[in-house]
Amino acid sequence: MKKLLNVSRRDALKAGAAAVLAMPFVSRAWAQAVEINMLAWYGHGEPDMVGAFEAANNVKFKPKYYAGGDNMLALIAQSPPGTYDIILSDAEFVQQLNVAGLIEEMNAADYPFDDMIYDDFKQFPGHWKDGKLYSMMVRCGHLGVSYNTTAISEEEAKSYKCYWKPEIKGKVGHFDWHLPSLGQMSLLNGNGAKLWDVDEAGWGKIKETTMSLRPQVGGYFDYGGTFNGLKNGEMMAMAGIGDWITGVLEKDGAPVKSVVPVEGGIQWTESYSIGKGTAKADIVKKFIQYMLSPEGQAVSAQMAAYPGFAITNGGRKALNETNPKEAQRTGQMDGAPNDPVTLIKEGRIHYRDIPKQQTLEDWNDFWQEYKNA
Amino acid sequence: MSEHRSDNSAYALAWRLPMILWQGLFFIGPLIFMIAMSFFLVKNYRMEPALQVGNWTKTLSRGFFWDSYFLTLWLAGLAVIITTCVAFPASCFLAFRVSDLARRWAIFFLIIPFFTSYLVRIFAWQVILAQQGVINAGFSLFGIGPYTMLNTKFGTMIGYLTLCLPLAVILQTFSLANIDKRLVEAAHNLGCGRLRTIFTVVVPLAKTGLIVAAVFCFILSFGDFVAPYYLGGSKPPTLSIMIIDTSKSGQQWPRAAVVAIMMIVTMLVVALTAIGYAYRKRR
Repeated sequence: MKKLLNVSRRDALKAGAAAVLAMPFVSRAWAQAVEINMLAWYGHGEPDMVGAFEAANNVKFKPKYYAGGDNMLALIAQSPPGTYDIILSDAEFVQQLNVAGLIEEMNAADYPFDDMIYDDFKQFPGHWKDGKLYSMMVRCGHLGVSYNTTAISEEEAKSYKCYWKPEIKGKVGHFDWHLPSLGQMSLLNGNGAKLWDVDEAGWGKIKETTMSLRPQVGGYFDYGGTFNGLKNGEMMAMAGIGDWITGVLEKDGAPVKSVVPVEGGIQWTESYSIGKGTAKADIVKKFIQYMLSPEGQAVSAQMAAYPGFAITNGGRKALNETNPKEAQRTGQMDGAPNDPVTLIKEGRIHYRDIPKQQTLEDWNDFWQEYKNA
Repeated sequence: MSEHRSDNSAYALAWRLPMILWQGLFFIGPLIFMIAMSFFLVKNYRMEPALQVGNWTKTLSRGFFWDSYFLTLWLAGLAVIITTCVAFPASCFLAFRVSDLARRWAIFFLIIPFFTSYLVRIFAWQVILAQQGVINAGFSLFGIGPYTMLNTKFGTMIGYLTLCLPLAVILQTFSLANIDKRLVEAAHNLGCGRLRTIFTVVVPLAKTGLIVAAVFCFILSFGDFVAPYYLGGSKPPTLSIMIIDTSKSGQQWPRAAVVAIMMIVTMLVVALTAIGYAYRKRR
């Protein structure tokens, strides 16, 4: 040990010189890495998601994160064309990306459609136009009642009505985005599959129901605030979220859970598109193929920032092999009662969409009014 | 003589020019652009130059804008009152009761909080104020609580004080320390009590510094986004939160510009009125 530490001055100088001489090669190796500009929800460009692909392909992801589809469209609109090589979008906003000419056409033959876990996912609304593919679904998750198990029982959590429980007054939080929260209010009003397609009378009722929840509300939170609110016990229920938040906390030991209530749940769906005018379309295509491979799907299902469901059979199998506990927790096992595919087949899940008879501005205006009430 | 004056003014201008250019480029220029932007149109999430007053009428005609406006005004005003009242005794102590060395050390310690990001300090407060946080844990030892402090206006106020209090104490201390102490002694010698000395001698003499501290406190609180969002739970939202909400949803930057202009006008009116009062000569 003594000998190991007994380094002569000459040895130290040699090591130092070697390190200095190696520096240009190190920096050259970095310089050669292709930089991929990604626009995505938080976490998609982090090492747990892209690290293996970066190492294998000598690329470096440069993510720009957003929260909410409107926010994503706003960011793109502010950037010159070609700024983003790859765009992860909420599925309901793909159509708008396409209309605005912001994404490239994709070749369906490049992706594993045959392995999709559910037929709907092969022709996801808005992803195809005139028989041409513009976006590739990569993961999804379900939104429902997210609650603290010490304050709300499993029985109570079976309905959105639990948000009105007197004992949790001032302790109901909202993820600060109008679409999921107002969607849940629409479901509670009994709109079912037509939750996004409501006429003026229906929209009036949604506003009424939402306003009646206002006295219960303890705050409106961004991504970090939502985590903290549930983790430190400030919020006992959170509207507009699901296992994508509580799953992380649950794994951390917090007494929180998400369930799909009897009125139905909402599916968030994330899809990758290739940015219009990118010079890196080939490597971006390779990355999307990686994310849809069994390995990529298993990684995506266990994403550190927020978990999701694998959408290919291969992905589900890989998840069951690499982390059966997580597969079981999230119901991603054939025959599980909370299997996400079973829930969709039973008609209990509705894909998140944008309002059909009102504009997003109408919904957002009301959301601001609600927050100020 | 006139040649000398001209040289002198050229010399002075050369020194002033960078400041004028800086303000022009980074304050006046963006301000003019923001005013112009408030008349723009948004179509398909993209701003288009236009000259229409729709953003102004739509924003100013909504009840929730005015609710938010008066709430922000009230919270910032309350922050000024609390900060001034809490800071003043501490500043008096530092200005009149301690040695120069101790005062320098105190000023140094008051500057230290600015070494850490304001956001980090606010997140630290979340841990302290939470339902299961430090304060409630302390209360529980006496069998009381827990009290809801986070996501309330109380939380917001704690955030504002975190932002303003050290600055207010520093500004007040400098102002009070510059008072000719013989005037205070003279007041005492003439039989003036402590409180009367403070209100008739100390406060009038330090008026400018006290008002400047209050103005800083108002401006910082009125425009702050962090405290009402992370400690107040955005409930209800202040104008700064409304700017975020408006701009992130639907790319409504023009309407956000309207809110921002209303804030700037309010701050200018308050600041100019206060400064005018501070420097007003006694008749």
